Amino acid sequence: MTLKTNREELNSMELLQESLLTLTLNKLRTGLAMLGIVIGIGSVIALISLGQATQQQVANQIQSLGANLLTVSPGGQSTGAVRGAQGSGTTLTLDDANGILTSPQITTIDNVSPETTSRAQVTTGQTNTNVQVIGVTDAYSTVHKTNVSEGTFISKSDVTGLRKVAVVGPQVVTDLFNGEDPIGKTIRINGQTLTIIGVTESKGGTGFLNQDDIVFVPLSTAQKQLFGQNYLSSISVEAKSPDVMEQARDEVGYYLLARHKISDPTQADFSIFSQEDILNTASSVTGTFTALLSGIAAISLLVGGIGIMNIMLVSVTERTREIGLRKALGAKKNIIVSQFLIESVILTLIGGAIGMVIGIIISFAIASLAKLPVVISPEAILLAVGVSGGIGIIFGWYPARRAAGLQPIEALRYE
Amino acid sequence: MAIIKATNIRKVYQMGDLETVALDGVSFSIDKGEFVAIMGPSGSGKSTLMHILGALDIPTSGSYVLDGHEVSKLTDDELADIRNKKIGFIFQAFNLLPRISALGNVMLPMRYAGIPYEQRIETAKKYLTMVGLENRMGHTSNQLSGGQQQRVAIARGLSMNPAILLADEPTGNIASAQAEEVMKIFQDVNDREGHTIVMITHEPDIAAHSKRIIHVKDGKIISDVKNKQRRIK
Repeated sequence: MTLKTNREELNSMELLQESLLTLTLNKLRTGLAMLGIVIGIGSVIALISLGQATQQQVANQIQSLGANLLTVSPGGQSTGAVRGAQGSGTTLTLDDANGILTSPQITTIDNVSPETTSRAQVTTGQTNTNVQVIGVTDAYSTVHKTNVSEGTFISKSDVTGLRKVAVVGPQVVTDLFNGEDPIGKTIRINGQTLTIIGVTESKGGTGFLNQDDIVFVPLSTAQKQLFGQNYLSSISVEAKSPDVMEQARDEVGYYLLARHKISDPTQADFSIFSQEDILNTASSVTGTFTALLSGIAAISLLVGGIGIMNIMLVSVTERTREIGLRKALGAKKNIIVSQFLIESVILTLIGGAIGMVIGIIISFAIASLAKLPVVISPEAILLAVGVSGGIGIIFGWYPARRAAGLQPIEALRYE
Repeated sequence: MAIIKATNIRKVYQMGDLETVALDGVSFSIDKGEFVAIMGPSGSGKSTLMHILGALDIPTSGSYVLDGHEVSKLTDDELADIRNKKIGFIFQAFNLLPRISALGNVMLPMRYAGIPYEQRIETAKKYLTMVGLENRMGHTSNQLSGGQQQRVAIARGLSMNPAILLADEPTGNIASAQAEEVMKIFQDVNDREGHTIVMITHEPDIAAHSKRIIHVKDGKIISDVKNKQRRIK
């Protein structure tokens, strides 16, 4: 029995050697046949890792907003068929926020940050910029993990004293003060002059997620002096830990329902999101994009596979006499089949390996250009190896069967 | 004891409505140790006969027993096995695998038989030495003359110690001096080693080296005689 295994191992080693020899004979053709697979696997790997990098970056940004954060937004109320836009409502008040913090029924939260958000023109006299102005209390910096790089954040006494002070984001410093130290300088918002008392640390982000292009003012100042409104845009609630998020969401939800005297939860005039909800939405969007792009790349893999089949069919025709001779000397069908299958699998596996290396290089290049994290997932690599091997077998099968089916007399006569 | 027993073999090729009878009831037997030449003009059916004797094809009807095995009803893979173990082929065009060495070529049928590597090398060396190519074992076929290539093919044909050595126009592609050498090897393996040889040829000079000559014409055997004036090298 041992002898037989050894013999089979030797035989497959010899088959492998023979296939490699055949493939190196026509290097240009072998290379061109591989190229399709190289491009296919390369683009699949590059696109998957690019997609995952984007996904991870979005996740990082959302996480940086606070991992155990619940956001209560006004609106979400349906009146007949009309549903109010998120955040457009006027149903949340400072009393709601204070109630959430002090209610004995709510045991799973640490901090509550009432917030009012508006866009406003901010000027220094010489320059101006349109930014997000957020009215906050001292709780904001704890809940959102916002630190100042210079000066101080809005304090409790700033809020109670209705002080005309502001904390600005680094982007605002760049836009309005050319990067010079702005502490002690003044800005004007809606006709009110505010003194800058602090600059926040850069949190990064782009577009709607830009957390650096922001001006923070005391909540009371924002409500009474800048915008003349007494409702809140949102209430951020910090749960004690990520594990009690669900419980905190329920407690806050039922408390607010009771406060607003709403008995049917589907009629709630507010909605509560966790960071996880936002994260899931964002991931599903980026995930769809990744899948779409990989799908397009997979088409090039299919084309590559057809290229392999084409080359193998040419090879079968060219080697008709050789196949005939092998069969005359006693090669059975499965020996001929495995000989050709091994060749096509070697072609696709080597092509897949080269494609993988190129794909990884491309991912690194794009990541460093776009300042994205590099994500090379083991799944993508397994996929590349599996798919390229599979393509070798699927597209090599027909040519191999055709070779094995040749009649030795016809094949030996073939010129 | 008959090593080949052919009984009433017919081979009919069907091409559309046209039926071509290549072999029309051929019967003969060949004993172990014989050296038979099968002769005939082109179109006589001798190639078809060679294909059937070589288990490369099966007859339309009739029986062909090779070394105790009925061959006429076998599947493709079973035929491959019979060819591997019972028949040593020698072709007009040598049919060596290019790019691999003489040694590798001689080892090929033994590989398909599943013989261990060391034993294959040993056997291949033995037969290459026997045909006088002990100094050419590592040469590939394009480094060898026609006569040398045919000697490699003979070593390959003998490597499985087959029931018959089946040669199809073995000297058709080589110069006459080398053809004589090949015939000398045939006579040696026939006389000294007792190998049975069936050789298909249209050259009377070459057929003259055999011990028995069968003439085929129009798919039938027209004569089957002992060769009394055998040419001995």
